[in-house]
Amino acid sequence: MKKKATVAVLLLAALLIALIPLFALRGAEFGGSDDAAGDVVAEVNASYEPWAAPVLETLIGGELPGEVESLFFCVQTGVGAGVIAFFAGRFVERRKWQRASAETPAGAKQE
Amino acid sequence: MKRKAFSGAQRRLLAYAAVFCAVLGAVPSVGAMHIMEGYLPAGYCVAWGVLCVPFLIAGYLHIRGTLAEHRSLLTLFAVSGAFIFVISSLKIPSATGSCSHMTGTGLGAILFGPAAVSLLGLIVLLFQALLLAHGGLTTLGANTFSMAIAGPFLAYGVYFLCGKLRVNKKLSVFLAAALGDLFTYCVTAAQLAMAHHADTTPGGAFAKFLLVFAPTQLPLAVIEGILTVLIVMGLESFAAPELRKTGFLEVR
Repeated sequence: MKKKATVAVLLLAALLIALIPLFALRGAEFGGSDDAAGDVVAEVNASYEPWAAPVLETLIGGELPGEVESLFFCVQTGVGAGVIAFFAGRFVERRKWQRASAETPAGAKQE
Repeated sequence: MKRKAFSGAQRRLLAYAAVFCAVLGAVPSVGAMHIMEGYLPAGYCVAWGVLCVPFLIAGYLHIRGTLAEHRSLLTLFAVSGAFIFVISSLKIPSATGSCSHMTGTGLGAILFGPAAVSLLGLIVLLFQALLLAHGGLTTLGANTFSMAIAGPFLAYGVYFLCGKLRVNKKLSVFLAAALGDLFTYCVTAAQLAMAHHADTTPGGAFAKFLLVFAPTQLPLAVIEGILTVLIVMGLESFAAPELRKTGFLEVR
C-alpha cells in the first residue's frame, strides 16, 4: 500500500513539473531549446553557415511539416511504449505463474 | 559489478580503436545534446565521431558478453532501449518558456553499464536524425558522445558513488538519471562552444550555450529522475530475477 502511495506521489510530481509551466507562462512560445542553440550560434559566430541540411528535408525539398514531425515522434513513442508494455506484461504474468506453481512443488522451477 | 574481462582478441580490438582515435588527434575533452544538422564544422563532426568509436565497440563487446552469459537479459536490455525511445520522444514544456526533451539513458547505464547504453543511444539518435530532422547525420558523432556516452558515464559514476556512500537506492537512481540528463546538455553546450566562439571567447560562448540549455533542462532532469525511479520500482517488483543477473539487486 505504501508503495502505491509512493508511485502515485512520484507520478503526480512528474506531471505537475511538466504541466505547471504550460499554465503559469501564458503566451510563451515553448519552442525547442535545440533550435534556440542555433540562434546562439548566429550570435557568437556570425559568419558561420550551416553546411548540411537534414536528409529528409533535402529529400522532400523543404521543411518537414509539423504534423508529419509529430507523426514520427508518435511512432517513436509508440514503438518504445509497445516494447515496454510487451515485456512488462510478460514479467507480471510470469510472477503470477511462478507464485501459483510454487504452491505445488512439482512446478517450482526457477527459469 | 564488473562482469567479465574481455578476451584477448577483444582487448586488442579495443586497443586498436583507442590508438586509431588518438592518432586522428581527437582530443577527449569532456563537455553536451542534439546539435542540429550542419551546425558543427566538418573537422569537429569527424573528431567526435571517431571519439565515439572505441566506446561503441566496448559497448558492443560488453553487451554481447552479458547476453551470452545471461540470455534472458535480452528482455531487460530491450526495455532499457525502449525507455530511451519513449523518454527522448517526449518534448516537455519547461519553466523557461521553451521545450526540451529528456535522454532516458540513465536506466540502461545503471543496469548494463554506460558503454552498453552508447549503442542504444545511437539507435535513437539515428532514428531522430533520419526521420525527424532532429539532430543530424553530420552531428551524429557529437550527439552520440553527449547523449549516449558522456551522460550515461556520469549517471553510472553517480550511481556507483552513491553506492559507496550508502545513499538510499531510490535516491541514488534518481540522482544518477537526473544528473546524467543535465550533464548531457552541459556537454552539448561545451561541444557547441568549442566550435563556435569566433565573435567571443570560448568561455563566454560556453556560458551562453549553457544558459540556453541548463535552465530549461533542470526541471526535465527532475522528471527524468522520477520516471527512472518509477520504472526501476516496477522492475524490482516484477523482474527481480533479471535484476539479480545484472547485479543491480546485489550491489547493496
